[in-house]
Amino acid sequence: MLPSTFDYVAPTSLDEAVQALAAGAGDAKIMAGGQSLLPMMKLRLASPGMIIDLNGIAGLDTLEESDGMLRIGALVRHADLENSDLVRDRYPIIHDAAQHVADPLIRNRGTFCGSLAHGDPAGDWATVATTLGAELHAVGPNGAVVHSAHDFQTSMFETQLGMDQILVEARIPAPKAGQGSAYLKIERKVGDYAAAAVGVMIVLDGTTVTEASIGLTNVGPLTINATDAAASLVGKSIDDAAALEEAGRLAAEISEPSSDLRGPEEYKRDLVRVLTKRALRTAGARAQGKEA
Amino acid sequence: MSDKVMVTTTVNGEECEALVEPRTLLVHMIRESLHLTGTHIGCDTTSCGACTVLLDGRPVKSCTILAVQANGRELATVEGLEAADGLSPVQEGFKEEHGLHCGYCTPGMMMTVTALLEENPNPSEDEIRKAISGNLCRCTGYVNIIKAVHYAAKKKEGAAA
Repeated sequence: MLPSTFDYVAPTSLDEAVQALAAGAGDAKIMAGGQSLLPMMKLRLASPGMIIDLNGIAGLDTLEESDGMLRIGALVRHADLENSDLVRDRYPIIHDAAQHVADPLIRNRGTFCGSLAHGDPAGDWATVATTLGAELHAVGPNGAVVHSAHDFQTSMFETQLGMDQILVEARIPAPKAGQGSAYLKIERKVGDYAAAAVGVMIVLDGTTVTEASIGLTNVGPLTINATDAAASLVGKSIDDAAALEEAGRLAAEISEPSSDLRGPEEYKRDLVRVLTKRALRTAGARAQGKEA
Repeated sequence: MSDKVMVTTTVNGEECEALVEPRTLLVHMIRESLHLTGTHIGCDTTSCGACTVLLDGRPVKSCTILAVQANGRELATVEGLEAADGLSPVQEGFKEEHGLHCGYCTPGMMMTVTALLEENPNPSEDEIRKAISGNLCRCTGYVNIIKAVHYAAKKKEGAAA
């Protein structure tokens, strides 16, 4: 299957890319890994008149921690995150999720930022970005723009990223003392979307939760930031089973899954409850240095 | 700009040129312009891995990359596995351990496995299963494919010793 015809532009600088995007006037699409965009183009679900390929722009593959932030550039592939020691040691939720994004071949090509810009509520990275409170740095004709991961998705496959903006880097706050995180996903098979997945981040003082954040994947029209569930944990002990149960209940309550071939709504909602509890226990253990 | 563009790649160590439309997929350039038909098209929807080739050493689905994106890059296809002195350890493993039934997934499977053994010369069964989880074998011959990978790992180890 071939995509419709398009003009192909391979800029070597961000400025050139921004200019090309402006010239494309709403009919141009940015391509990084292309692992969602190209399949959509082949199925003619998308037929952009111009493709602007970021792969020739140097410096977009930054993956490093600096000034208290983890910087993930637009060309950082899923596999780069999966294989990074820094990510494994300091950002376990990213390491967890990286192993379950699509399949190993797609992970060699697809990118973290591209997944966010794609705006699919079934995407794992949007949940991770929400849970960790990522800043999404874009550039447009009027310079730099920073979006928050929390309200980045506006509807299915739509985001706050302007038609003339390019998402160039995600920045994630470095972990605080006592921070733990985890991502748990149930998928029928490798490469399928999640039946449900849950990301959690907590900060502990001793065993007391001082901060919490919970994100839910593919159980609603948007990536869900389960703020009530997270808030219910603050001040509670991570060893308090009733508190974890309550957080799971609130997360299930805010989820809006639809019945499909991955299971009925009730099943998915209960998955959210159970995965939230499990992810919290794992994050708690990690925060206390009990588990790698 | 949607006119045809010249793509220059190094394929299995040899420089190749092809004149393609920007929308041409890498797998079509490999099969139709370079006439290397060992790389198969399976699902054509980024699901099956039959079209796996190595792009700068990394296994990728050539049905989900534009041919122009390979410009200036290095490609390896199944045709490049065999050396002057015979089958590569991976090819020999698939032959000896009956790692193929119908053979359709085999070229892609062998490219993924070749890359795996470069990175991890002695993978466990679990590591092999994870590495090939993007390559589907609908004959479900996975048990023998895993045996083939173990065979290739041993063979390579012996050759290196």
